[in-house]
This record gives sequence, C-alpha cells and structure tokens, in this order.
Amino acid sequence: MTFLTSEQVILLTGIFAASSCALVGSFLVLRRMAMMADAISHAILPGLVFSFVLANGPTLFVGIFGASLAGLTTVVAVEALQRTGLLKSDAAIGIVFPAMFAIGTVLVTRYFSDVHLDADAILYGEIAFSPFDLLIIGNTNYGSYPLIVLMLMTVVNLLAILLFYKELKLATFDAGLAAALGFSPAVIHYGLMTLVSMTTVGAFSAVGAILVVALMIVPAATAYLLTDRLGLMIALSVAAGAVSAVLGYYAAVAFDVSISGMMVVMLGILFALAALFSPSQGIVSKLFRRRRQRERFAADLLVMHLHHHRTASESPAHLAAELDWTEPWLARIIDRAQRDRHVELRDGRIALTPTATKPRTRSLGR
Amino acid sequence: MVPEILSDLVFDYTLRNVALGSALLGIVGGVLGTFAVLRRQGLLGDALSHTALPGIAIAFLLTNSKAPLVLMLGAAVAGWLGTLIIINLVRETRISEDSALGIVLTVFFGAGIVLLTYIQHNRGANQAGLDKFLFGQAATLVERTVLQMGAVGLVALLIVAVFYKEFKLLSFDPEFTASLGFPVRWLDVVLTSLIVAAVVIGLQTVGVVLMAAMLIGPAAAARQWTNQLGVMIFLSALFGATAGVAGSIISVQAARIPTGPMIVLCMTAIVLVSILFAPARGIVWEAIRLRRARKRNLERRRAELRGEPA
Repeated sequence: MTFLTSEQVILLTGIFAASSCALVGSFLVLRRMAMMADAISHAILPGLVFSFVLANGPTLFVGIFGASLAGLTTVVAVEALQRTGLLKSDAAIGIVFPAMFAIGTVLVTRYFSDVHLDADAILYGEIAFSPFDLLIIGNTNYGSYPLIVLMLMTVVNLLAILLFYKELKLATFDAGLAAALGFSPAVIHYGLMTLVSMTTVGAFSAVGAILVVALMIVPAATAYLLTDRLGLMIALSVAAGAVSAVLGYYAAVAFDVSISGMMVVMLGILFALAALFSPSQGIVSKLFRRRRQRERFAADLLVMHLHHHRTASESPAHLAAELDWTEPWLARIIDRAQRDRHVELRDGRIALTPTATKPRTRSLGR
Repeated sequence: MVPEILSDLVFDYTLRNVALGSALLGIVGGVLGTFAVLRRQGLLGDALSHTALPGIAIAFLLTNSKAPLVLMLGAAVAGWLGTLIIINLVRETRISEDSALGIVLTVFFGAGIVLLTYIQHNRGANQAGLDKFLFGQAATLVERTVLQMGAVGLVALLIVAVFYKEFKLLSFDPEFTASLGFPVRWLDVVLTSLIVAAVVIGLQTVGVVLMAAMLIGPAAAARQWTNQLGVMIFLSALFGATAGVAGSIISVQAARIPTGPMIVLCMTAIVLVSILFAPARGIVWEAIRLRRARKRNLERRRAELRGEPA
C-alpha cells in the first residue's frame, strides 16, 4: 500500500479506525458496557509499556498481545470487585481504570520520558503521523503501519460478528435464554471484550485512548436512535463512523486543528442530530408528535362536545368558556377539525358536518 | 528520614503547597464522593472532569488569561453543560446512562483537544500549560492557587453541612424525599454542582483522567469500615487527604514520579486494604468466618454420626 498519498492514508486510517470500532461498539451500547470500554482504553497503557519493554521497542504483535491482556485484566478485576458485593459496578470501574492508568503513567514518566512513548500522545493520538509510521519487514515496505493494523482489525471484527452473529445477538438481548440454550454468556462476553481490547490497541496509535472510546460508542448510540434492527444498527454505525472520519479530516485541515479530535466532534454532531430529529426517538420529533396528539385529542373532544349537546351550532366564545380553552387554542382546534371535515362554520357558529353527526371517536377506540 | 519529611511538609514551599493542595482535593473529593458513590454516580465525576477540558480552552480563548480562577470557571460551566446533556439524554431518549456518560465524556474531550490544538497553532507559545490539565500539575501549585482551591472547597463543604439532612435522604431514598415535598430536582442540581466544584479543584492536582479515582476511591474505601453516613464522610475525607499527602511526599522524594498518578496509586492501596481487612465487611475476615463455620458444622456432623447428642 505504498502507492497511496499521505492524505489518502490518513483518510483511510480514519475510516478503518471508525469502522473497526463501530463494529464492536453496537454490542457495547446494547449491553450497557460503554463505560467498560472507557476503562479498557485507559487500562491498556501499562500493557503497552510492558510489551514495549519486553519487545525492546514498539512491535505489532507483542503490543497487541500485551495491551489486550491488560484490557482483559481490567474486565476481570472490575467483575471480581463487583462480585465481592462490597462495591457497586460504577465504583469498581472507577477504581480499577485510574489505578491501571496511573501505573502506566508512572512507568512512562519514570522510564520512557525521553523515548517514543509519550503520555499525551497516548491520550489523544496523532492520526496525522500514520503515513510516516511504516511497516517494514525485511527490506520490504508494506506501507502505513496503523492503516494495516486497522484494516486487519476491521476484517477480524467483521468475521467475528458474521460468524457469531446469532450467538452475540442472543446473548446481548437475552443472556438468560442464551445460557439456557447452551451458549455460554461468559465465553461470548470475554470474546467480545477481547475484540474490544484488540480494536482499542489498533485504533489507539491513530486516535488515542479517549477518542477510541468515542469511535466505539457514539456512532453505535447514533444508530441506536435510528433503528430497532441489530443488523441495520451495525451498518448505520459503521456508516456514521466513516462519514465523520471523512468530514472530520477536511474540517480539521480547514481549521488547522487535531484531526482525531475533529472526527469526534463530527461524531458528536451526527449524534446530536439523531438525538434531536430521529423520527422515532428524537427529542424534537417527540415534541411535534405530542403536539399533534394533543390537537387530535382536543378535536375529538370538540366533536364529542358538540354531539352531546345536540344543538345545531354553538358560538366560539361559548365553546371556549365551556371547554375552558383559550381563544387561540380553540381556533387551532376548530381549524384542525374543519380540515378533517368534522365541523363546519355556519354564520360564524360551529356545527357538526353531516358526516360527523355520528362521530367515530378515535380517542375512545370506536 | 521521617522527621525530615515532616519538617519539609511545613517549611519546604513546594512540598507544602503540593501536599496542601492534594490534601484539600482528598477532603473535598472524599466528602462529595461519598454521596456520588452512594447514589451510584461515581462515573459522573469522570465524565465531568473530561467535559471541563473544552471549558478551560474556551475560557482561555475568551479572556486570554491563564489565571486559575478564570479557567476553573470555564471548567465549571462546561461541566455543568455536560451534566445537563447527560440528564436529558437519559430522560428523553432511550440512550442508557452509561452510554450517555461515554458520549458526553468523549465528545467534549474531543472538542477540547480540537480547541487546544487551535490555541496551539494560532496563539503560539501562549498556550503552554493548558494541556497540563490532562495530567494535573500538582508539582507546580503555587500558594495563591492553593488558597483559591481552599476557598472553593470550603464553600462546597459548607453547603454540604447546610443541606446534610436533605442530601442524606436523597442518597438513600429519593422517592421518599420527593414524597416529603423536598425539591428533589433542585437538590440533585446542587449536589451535582458541588461535584463539579470538586472536579475543578482536582483538575489542578491530578488532572482530567485520574479525577474519577479521587471521587470514588475515598468513599469506596470508607464504605467498608462503617454503616453510618456521618462516619463514612469523615473517614472518606481522611482517606482522601492521607492519599493526597502520601502521594505528594513520595513523588517529591523519588525522582521522576509524577504526583497525580502517585496520589491515585496511594488511594488505590487504601481501597485494597479496606476491601481486604475492614472489620465486618473485609474479604479476609469473611473467609476466616466461613472457614470456622465450615469446621464447626463438620464437627457437629461427625458428632451426630457417632451418635452423640448435638
């Protein structure tokens, strides 16, 4: 992959970082383990440092192995603490990951403060360096090292999800049933956590420890607001991740700021749009729906009221007083009922239309 | 060695400030963390400390000042905004609480990184020091900052003292609190704002990432030793302060040990000791009790089998 320009490498690195993360992220969001991902991403720091020492430099497989091990250690430690019954889950997470991160930071400042490993870079990474970080085996240059790792992780995650889709789905939505049917939820859980740890390590050099969590959780949460189907949710979250990677790159170049940071800001914008305007879940959509329902209910009430009184017609002022409605609200409801052809105006008075004299009131379910 | 450290604590300018600042953080974090942990909101502190970052950057961009008070204010406003978003996401959409925390935490942090790089590229050398908030800057605390932190902390503690009864009710039984006619939502806002204050103090010392430990650690440790809220708050403040002072001393004594992480490691040690050895709840005592009970049962069973009356 030496034929790519550095801009293409950065874009592709971003896209594959977002894709590999979004693939596992959907399950994290559905299993309510978002903060566990946060804990893992911080906790891999000591793992990276140890493998750095063991391998005498940053190497691909030792690094992924060491960091994944640290990630799994975190999961096991958090769960062990919870099982003692002495700590709740949030306290357990909040004790384990700062401790791991502190160990990592102490090791880095004490032994590597003048080496390549830098605590700032670990926190927010630098995707702009990805074209210059080359994978060279023997004398052959295989191109950008982070890009290759992230492409690999995307394939691994995709394969894992395709192969174990049924099991993952079952264990996510009904762990009890999964256990009863003989699929060990524990195996699936730790399998997923291994994937999360490996993906975190892979995406880490490009986007850093905290933003990698954003790539996992935010696109998945965005997709979760848009659909009820798991398959579609995964696809949408990958798409949201990739789109924000591209948008974030160009925005970052335009404003001369951090690329990975801008990618996350774009993810945040997409999420905000979904949270506000998703047809089924959006806050604004809900407001509109509630308003429509209130109007419809009031229009039905108006029809029933007129029907009850069996008068030929009533004046608006009288209606407003009787129903205890304000004038503008009454005007709006009359307008709505007129559009539905349930009432009509006769000489400035309101009357039922012939078709509505026997109203099928939706509100009463008839 | 020991008397030397003690005299350094009083007379060495740097160590005195670092230790005082860290102890202060330990006390305020310990007291407010007690409520956060009891209400299972420990990770809210983590989210709030990350959301503070863009607040700090914007405060700097607006005022061009690096005065701690200005930056603290920016951090507090951003933390507040983050909390508001988290609460509304959970209430209005089907996003679960942990996802809401994760989303706000990471997106605000990402925005903070963007702003920091913007400042770096456009204001040049002027930004130096802003990124210190990531890991804290305990070693560079000056007397004035410590005094300002002390003032913020004192106000926070006073408010806790005034609303003690309300906060206690809220932490153990929010429904009952509401049924008694207390303004639960307001109390919630006050308590959360106080946590923001603790976070703002912590940013100066341990930094964004490790702040969670200073809220959760002391309270989680204190919980193991007592079932009384008052005692728990006192112990929590004590543990927090101990970790703060111990961490400062170690990092000043040994070369190239960062203060923030060292404080957090001391805190972790206190938590581990508490979980293992606290009377009544400790794992070790529990295991011993279990073994004794098992032995007693076994002997009783043997006696029964031999036909002896139990």
